[in-house]
Amino acid sequence: MFPAKVIGRVVATRKWETMEGIKLLLIQPTDWRGNPKGDPIVAADGVGAGSGEFVFYVKAREACFAWLKGDRQVLEEMPPYDATIMGIIDGVEIRENEK
Amino acid sequence: MKVCKVVGNVWATRKHKCLAGLKLLLVRQIKFDTGDVVGEAMLAVDKNVDAGIGNIVLVSDEGNSARMMLDRPVAGIRTVVCGIVDEVLVAGKSNKYN
Repeated sequence: MFPAKVIGRVVATRKWETMEGIKLLLIQPTDWRGNPKGDPIVAADGVGAGSGEFVFYVKAREACFAWLKGDRQVLEEMPPYDATIMGIIDGVEIRENEK
Repeated sequence: MKVCKVVGNVWATRKHKCLAGLKLLLVRQIKFDTGDVVGEAMLAVDKNVDAGIGNIVLVSDEGNSARMMLDRPVAGIRTVVCGIVDEVLVAGKSNKYN
């Protein structure tokens, strides 16, 4: 998982039906000290993150699992996301002098 | 799998329920021979390996094995710390860690 800052929201009424009811946030990927890195991406909000919050998100197929109700990968319940916010960072400790 | 160094940890009270009870560590891949830290810091979860900052660890970065190790069939987790490395032997040279 990787860190990012929430910088905005994206609203799309016409979209893939399994994306219904899931907030789309605009996030700016950063390093673990919060310095921006790369271009902003759209991520699904798995934890109710607000604007400006420092979060971490998961990429790839694991991004679609946050909304599964049971313990099986039911395709109909899996939205087509490639990035999902999995947590809001309270604190980061980095012992070495690198990003 | 990758051989990584634990370079930090992350606290997050508000997180997805599939992360409950897991330690969140920051790991960076290292070069076997020199032990230099290379690559980007990634967040890896640690269920019962109990690695701390400075440890050299084995990290698996693939969903299916992560879910098997954590015994959480639909966890949205890919990067898991699954061992502490004592030694790496490369071309007759041995690097001892921890």
